[in-house]
Amino acid sequence: MLLTIIFILGVSFILYTVLGGADFGAGIVETFAGKRGEKTISKALAPVWEANHVWLILAIVILFTGFPLVYAAISTALHIPLMVVLIGIILRGSFFTFRHYDIGEEGSHTYYTAVFKVSSFITPFFLGITLGAMILGRISLEITGTFYEQYIWPWLNGFCVVMGVFSTVLFGYIASVFLIGETVHSPERYRYIRLSKRFLVGTFVMGIVVFVVAEFEDHPLFYEFFSSWPSLAAFAGVVLLIPLVFYLVNHPQAVYLRLAIGAQVGLIMVGWFAIQYPILVYERQGNHLTFYNTQAPEATLYQLLIALFVGLLLVIPCFFFLYKVFKPAEANENATTQ
Amino acid sequence: MEDLLAARLQMALSLGFHIIFACIGMTMPVLMAYSEWRWLRTGRQEYLDLAKAWSRGVALFFAVGAVSGTVLSFELGLLFPGFMRHAGAIIGMPFSWEGTAFFVEAIALGVFLYGWDRLNKWVHWASGVVVGISGVLSGIFGVSANAWMNSPVGFTWQNGRAENIDPVAAMFNDAWLSQALHMTLAAFVATAFAVAGVHALLLLKNPQNRFHRQAVRIALSFGAVTALLQPLSGDFSAKDVAERQPAKLAALEGLYQTSQPADLIVGGIPNDKEERVDYAIHIPGALSYLAHGDFDAEVTGLDQFAKENRPPVLITHVAFQIMVAIGMLLALAGLLFLLFSWRWQHLLSHKRWLLFIGLLTPLGFLAVEAGWTVTEVGRQPWIIYNVMRTKDAVSPMPGLQYSLYTIVAVYLLLTFLLVWLMQRQVATVQKFYPSARNPND
Ligand code: HDD
Ligand code: HEM
Ligand code: HEM
Repeated sequence: MLLTIIFILGVSFILYTVLGGADFGAGIVETFAGKRGEKTISKALAPVWEANHVWLILAIVILFTGFPLVYAAISTALHIPLMVVLIGIILRGSFFTFRHYDIGEEGSHTYYTAVFKVSSFITPFFLGITLGAMILGRISLEITGTFYEQYIWPWLNGFCVVMGVFSTVLFGYIASVFLIGETVHSPERYRYIRLSKRFLVGTFVMGIVVFVVAEFEDHPLFYEFFSSWPSLAAFAGVVLLIPLVFYLVNHPQAVYLRLAIGAQVGLIMVGWFAIQYPILVYERQGNHLTFYNTQAPEATLYQLLIALFVGLLLVIPCFFFLYKVFKPAEANENATTQ
Repeated sequence: MEDLLAARLQMALSLGFHIIFACIGMTMPVLMAYSEWRWLRTGRQEYLDLAKAWSRGVALFFAVGAVSGTVLSFELGLLFPGFMRHAGAIIGMPFSWEGTAFFVEAIALGVFLYGWDRLNKWVHWASGVVVGISGVLSGIFGVSANAWMNSPVGFTWQNGRAENIDPVAAMFNDAWLSQALHMTLAAFVATAFAVAGVHALLLLKNPQNRFHRQAVRIALSFGAVTALLQPLSGDFSAKDVAERQPAKLAALEGLYQTSQPADLIVGGIPNDKEERVDYAIHIPGALSYLAHGDFDAEVTGLDQFAKENRPPVLITHVAFQIMVAIGMLLALAGLLFLLFSWRWQHLLSHKRWLLFIGLLTPLGFLAVEAGWTVTEVGRQPWIIYNVMRTKDAVSPMPGLQYSLYTIVAVYLLLTFLLVWLMQRQVATVQKFYPSARNPND
């Protein structure tokens, strides 16, 4: 039972990274995509962004129901970066919608767009910082030190900042690949293809930087990575998928491309989970929080599982319906005829 | 500012903000689906236009509602980690069902808002119905979690932690039924009267306008029925509170001394020093009846509780008076509407009536905020009634006031923008919707 819940938690986290990542990334990509890109992006995101974000809520709910100690620990120690993430989520979601619905008028439009873009950078950056802090092991469960040691030092350091940049670049990569599927035969399409190549290089470089900086911050990520077969296999998968992704870029059906990039990001996450498992938060004194020492009682997990199953039974068909109704091909026609 | 106070204010502000969007999210899909259904049956343009015009507004509100809800799911931990550490495993269940309901709601809403031209008409309509149902369900689940804080069951408290957890019992606690019923009605009352009020004011400007006339009619029909049910459900809630949280009942009524029979204390200003309510009207025996269904019953007063276990009386009592006064006024408006529709239809387009409905616009939402203030402040000093104090649950991080200031600034900005945007939407209604144009334009 616990394993199933861990599995669903992992899956919703991966889905949030892929779908939410495409969503946040679109705001990042827009910075490089000009006026035309703004239209395409608005059209592509509007029907799905809310549904994409529900994966985050799902992950949070599983966390506080199934592993309440982890939730309480993270939200105490990482209060500040999480607050920034929240402000980013509020501003981004609202301003995107304002922009989409407000009637014309250039003046206010510029402001909506500005806030939307800035918060699209800030939110993934601080999400990355938060994840970094969970791995790095400077969080302390007891209140021992100064305000700085307790609430700032655990996340404001080289490793976490690099993790933040890594997430931002990764999201940019996901989004630019997704957006290729929203356009046909236009200079715009080539622009996304070019962008996605750059972001891919960026993601790789940042990935290496993460490992290097981890060494400097005394976190033996290299060692853990090379001693974990699943991580190595996942990494091999990520690399092998690169040529496939670039072959699929020219395929008329955007779905395959999206599945390929989804698989790629999923594998990155799996590789990372494999290193981490079963630890969720590394603690300063070595009292790491794992799935096993923080799990809720059986009765709760059982009920949670029922809710998740019923939920998935209802939601998965709805999702297919949503994506079918708004399949990319139609979006293309509209985007190009405008 | 003290950290505890900052955390409480931030929680209150975020919930008070979220609840407005939650009410709209529960009610508007029903109004839109109803209007679309009328269009499918009658083919009259104004119904279709209304459903479309409303759906533009709803999309805006829904987006802000969703982000404000996401904020809440983090804030419970950011501000009250001590609460979530213990309560997460107990009340996670309603939240996980709430999550499921949102999920369906968000997807169905995407289909409804963007599927006007892509779907079979009835399928489109059905997606609106699904949004309505799942919206109401998410409201009910959310409230069930709150009801558990008022009426904590489904666990035993041993050595400072919860054991023998039974999430099903916790979800169906003693308070959930009365609270869920009252909340769902409140959402309809508040939203329907607000919508009716806005359209009534616009109708005053253009008395011939069919679009606004239908809007007022549809909204008031829903508003009237629910407003008449609301005092009944409120009475049910009050009896329930008298049973399970006598200190809250005493505070909301302003009853300092245990009495038999007990007077109903209407209005007035509670005076904690003298332990009495100044300037109030007393109705002999009425409270005994309202609380226990018997004019001679004894009603527990605040004197039965140690000072440190009493909720703040002033806020609770005043908020309760505001809610009840508004509830009575709206029920009266609902009654008048039903009477007029039955016998005196010409009065429904009378200027004074439209002005009256227009003036009611914000009142339902005011009552919602007041009602929650009663529930939450009336539970103090407990976060989990009789189990955990709010001060023991708050985050140990110093400087929480800076979080509060940030959230206040962000929410002020959003409120300002939303009001401005809605005004712009309303101003362009005539451009986009044929039936909203005046015949003589
Ligand atoms: C349109 C809004 C509205 C209106 C007109 C009323 N209420 Fe209300 N009331 C609420 C909106 C509300 C609420 C916001 O929805 C609350 C807060 C928590 C809850 O479950 O419902 C609430 C709570 C609430 C409680 C506390 C319940 C608890 O703590 O469990 C009582 C005793 C009443 N109400 C009683 C009344 C009475 C006697 C009314 C007479 C007309 C009334 N309400 C009108
Ligand atoms: C949406 C309508 C709601 C409003 C307007 C509201 C309002 C408030 C207010 C005014 C307070 C501060 C009380 C005080 O400290 O004196 C508060 C506290 C709190 N509320 Fe609510 N509340 C709402 C619903 C809920 C729900 C559904 C939950 C949880 C499931 C909840 C959980 C809390 C918690 C954890 C606190 C902080 C602890 C406390 O002060 O007791 N509230 N809320
Ligand atoms: C009285 C209390 C509450 C009611 C009636 C309520 C009701 C609702 C409703 C109807 C929605 C649908 C969105 C919309 O229509 O705008 C919603 C959204 C949401 N609520 Fe609440 N809620 C309450 C309290 C809470 C609390 C305490 C939490 C946090 C734990 C919460 C978390 C959320 C989230 C995360 C969403 C966004 C889901 C989405 O649409 O993506 N709500 N709420």
